[in-house]
Amino acid sequence: GNGAQSVLRRWLPLLDQEMVELNHSLTSVIPESALLILIGWILGGIIYGADKMQTFTLTPTVFFFYLLPQVILDAGYFMPNKLFFSNMGAILVYAVIGTCWNAATVGLGLWGCWLGGAMGDIDIGLLQFLLFGSLIAAVDPVAVIAVFEEVHVNEVLFIMVFGESLLNDGVTVVLFNVFDAFVSLGGAEIDAVEIIKGIISFFVVAFGGSLVGIIFALLISLLTRCTKNIQIIEPGFIFILGYLSYLTAEMLSLSAILSIVFCGICCQKYINANMDERSVTTVRHVMKVFANGSETIIFVFLGISAIDPDIWVWNTGFILLTLLFIFVFRFIGVFLLTWILNKYRLVPLEFIDQVVMSYGGLRGAVAYGLVAMLDEKKFKEKNLMVSTTLIVVYFTVMLQGITMKPLVTWLKVKRAAVTELTLAEKIQNRTFDHMLVAIEDISGQIGHNYMRDRWHNFEERWLCWFLMKPSARKSRDYIFNIFHQLNLKDAISYVKEGERRGSLAFVRNETKADVDFNKKFRANFSEIMPDIMAENMGPDHVPLSSILQDIVPSVCLDMHELDLKMRESEDFNAHHLLQQHLYRGRKQHRHRYSRSHLETNKDENEVQEIFQRTMRSRLESFKSAKMGVAPAKKIQTKHQKKDKPQKMPNGNSTDKSKNHPYGDKDLEFSEGDCGSGGEAAGGLFPMRAYRVEAGIVNPAFMAEMDPMDNMQQMQQIPHNVGHLTLPSKSMVISDPVYLTKPIPQTIQALTVQSHFIWIVPYR
Amino acid sequence: MGSTNSTLSKIPNVEELVQETGFTPAHIVRLYDRFEALDKEKTGHLRPQDFGAINRLAINPIGDRIIGAFFSPGQETVDFHSFVRILAHFRPADKKRPKDPSMPEPVNSRTSKLKFAFQLYDQDKDGKISRAELLQVLRSMLEMQVTEEQLESIADRTIQEADLDTDDAISFEEFRKSLEKVNIDHKMSIRFLR
Repeated sequence: GNGAQSVLRRWLPLLDQEMVELNHSLTSVIPESALLILIGWILGGIIYGADKMQTFTLTPTVFFFYLLPQVILDAGYFMPNKLFFSNMGAILVYAVIGTCWNAATVGLGLWGCWLGGAMGDIDIGLLQFLLFGSLIAAVDPVAVIAVFEEVHVNEVLFIMVFGESLLNDGVTVVLFNVFDAFVSLGGAEIDAVEIIKGIISFFVVAFGGSLVGIIFALLISLLTRCTKNIQIIEPGFIFILGYLSYLTAEMLSLSAILSIVFCGICCQKYINANMDERSVTTVRHVMKVFANGSETIIFVFLGISAIDPDIWVWNTGFILLTLLFIFVFRFIGVFLLTWILNKYRLVPLEFIDQVVMSYGGLRGAVAYGLVAMLDEKKFKEKNLMVSTTLIVVYFTVMLQGITMKPLVTWLKVKRAAVTELTLAEKIQNRTFDHMLVAIEDISGQIGHNYMRDRWHNFEERWLCWFLMKPSARKSRDYIFNIFHQLNLKDAISYVKEGERRGSLAFVRNETKADVDFNKKFRANFSEIMPDIMAENMGPDHVPLSSILQDIVPSVCLDMHELDLKMRESEDFNAHHLLQQHLYRGRKQHRHRYSRSHLETNKDENEVQEIFQRTMRSRLESFKSAKMGVAPAKKIQTKHQKKDKPQKMPNGNSTDKSKNHPYGDKDLEFSEGDCGSGGEAAGGLFPMRAYRVEAGIVNPAFMAEMDPMDNMQQMQQIPHNVGHLTLPSKSMVISDPVYLTKPIPQTIQALTVQSHFIWIVPYR
Repeated sequence: MGSTNSTLSKIPNVEELVQETGFTPAHIVRLYDRFEALDKEKTGHLRPQDFGAINRLAINPIGDRIIGAFFSPGQETVDFHSFVRILAHFRPADKKRPKDPSMPEPVNSRTSKLKFAFQLYDQDKDGKISRAELLQVLRSMLEMQVTEEQLESIADRTIQEADLDTDDAISFEEFRKSLEKVNIDHKMSIRFLR
């Protein structure tokens, strides 16, 4: 009655808040989902006590239409695509074959036991068992995310379980509908035709659902391409269209989950590139809010729904056998499939991975939603099935959830006794980390592949042209990104430092050779990139050009130098120093999907420092190697080093029709980092290098350079050549690609690059 | 890329490579594809600039040293064999390999891995990590906030802890000894993915 409703209305919003703030140490032991179910029980008890009946249950409609879509959209939108598609084969095997195996074995096993009399006298048949098996077989994405959030497993394993949980919906839906239809038909009517129809319907449902999702992804991308003037409502479109993809698929009786997953997966790259940074941030945050909220409500309701004596039917045999079978057959299934898969994989899945994958096959709300949809008249034992499902869900989510982390820890190789590491060991450990990352990068961990190359080509040429805003396409060019990011970071640290010191005037340090951008760079820069500058609004909707002008001249890019004096008086302790200041190795868990944490790169300063240092040392080595080159070539080599913008005002004579040979591919960069706001800040600093050799390999360059022009300009830049040491830490990124107007036929060339930017000091 | 076999035939001395490094032919093909991707000019050799084009290496504190490790002293280019040989250091050790003293030490044994790591420090190849060399590495791996005196202090303490024959430098044996508790195979192996 009213009492219960008001209680619930008051509690639910609080719950949402509180869940997010739950004590981390508690949630690291007991997964949030288990705690939420507990709370659901308590709440359910209260409501039942107040109303004498369960007024609130998780109805299938509410679940499937209002709670589930957000969770899945979130999963799709934040999916690490590269990882996902690299392992697509294995994921599909687990999702399709694994789920069918689970469904069949559980269904048949239970049927066999029923025939054997283990369950007593219940009104049920083979088909109903198979139906039950199919709905209880599916691994649940909500539960998987909830539990794996706390358990850090390697990324391949994670994507396997996660991907499987998302893709198995295609199978589950089909099996459920097929067996539902069979039950309606009655056992006698089933013949080969029906079975074949069932198999065909699987393909139709699965591929149809995915297709719907992809179509909507295209729609969203196109839409964001056109929303330049209405950026404020961009985020809304994403959610609306995402939901629409779900509903459309549902309407067409296709797999709605697959639809919304593929919608999220396919559109992420393009909408992140097209939308304004603030919209991207909004979408990311709101997505997480919705997903978290939904998940909370789902689990709480799973708890509440249990407190209803009307639905409970206890049948020891049925319930216990179900638990046993899903557990055992999951293990058998995973090990069997992995054994087969490992024959074809370059890197086999290890034993521990398989154990975790089997143990991580959690069932959750989707199973409950499906079982609640059963028609009581056709399924006399519906309540029994509901009870069993609930118990299965509780068992997997709570018991397996809680024990997952200890299991993973226990299974891992025992480490050596924890003695205090010597300095040498500490340093070396860190060196090893960096070394591994470097070797992984050199060996190109996500390797080549003909199909992948073809797909990249296709995507670069057609899709990006079709789906991305022209300005977004241009700013995929990393030179601009890097410049933009550095300036933003600079601005932020500048203001922070100013706040700390009480005034912003401190940085005007004349002894630092600050970039005299105003004079040399700004005018040229804005001239050169008018369309980019105009279209890209920086934060606060101020044109980026003015931000650049305001910020860049006055800030020294290396804020640490200023702090140096302040730190001399600190206590010295070698271990402490190492602890504090060793660069962190780039963790291999980059791709971790997380429900509650948005990935922000905390290593920005580090990256900047390392980047500066590396560039400096390369510049020096280049200089020392090349200064001895014969004078006849001096112009060219110097020309490479000199700041490009200088030449632009006079450079109209340069041959702009030359095609830059930037058609090279750096596969690592064609991954989805299309200048997306959050991701670019994730610290990949792409650079380009000129072919630095005696004489220029870059023919485009050569042709463009008019030696006479250069000589004149050379005079204007007295200090530049020969003083390539960088006493100042200020940094300018100059790059000829940007400084010539992109010509239509070079747009493709602009999108991929592998040349370095020379860092040139300005005086 | 075409089938494995067609690519395999392009690579000279594949069997020797497989023997020496322990990579499977499938792995070698993948590495060859990678090599070709890096070798933009199709010269069959890699130069430092080609490595330099790998963007993420520039944000690795010891990225340049790793690049240097690929080039034998005096060599300006790396051919495919050397490329694979260096990468083979990072293969997980073959647990089942019988210890055969007559065979040369496999490239991915503990000793070989340690030697590789040692060479990263010992740039002048004199067999010892001098204080200056250690300082260089430390400088590249520590944030710029750390002052020169602090760096020197750390270097001194490190050498003190590891240096057994008090020659103010760390020889390979001392290096090995200082890391005897560390699971090198675990720390210096990567799973070469497809």
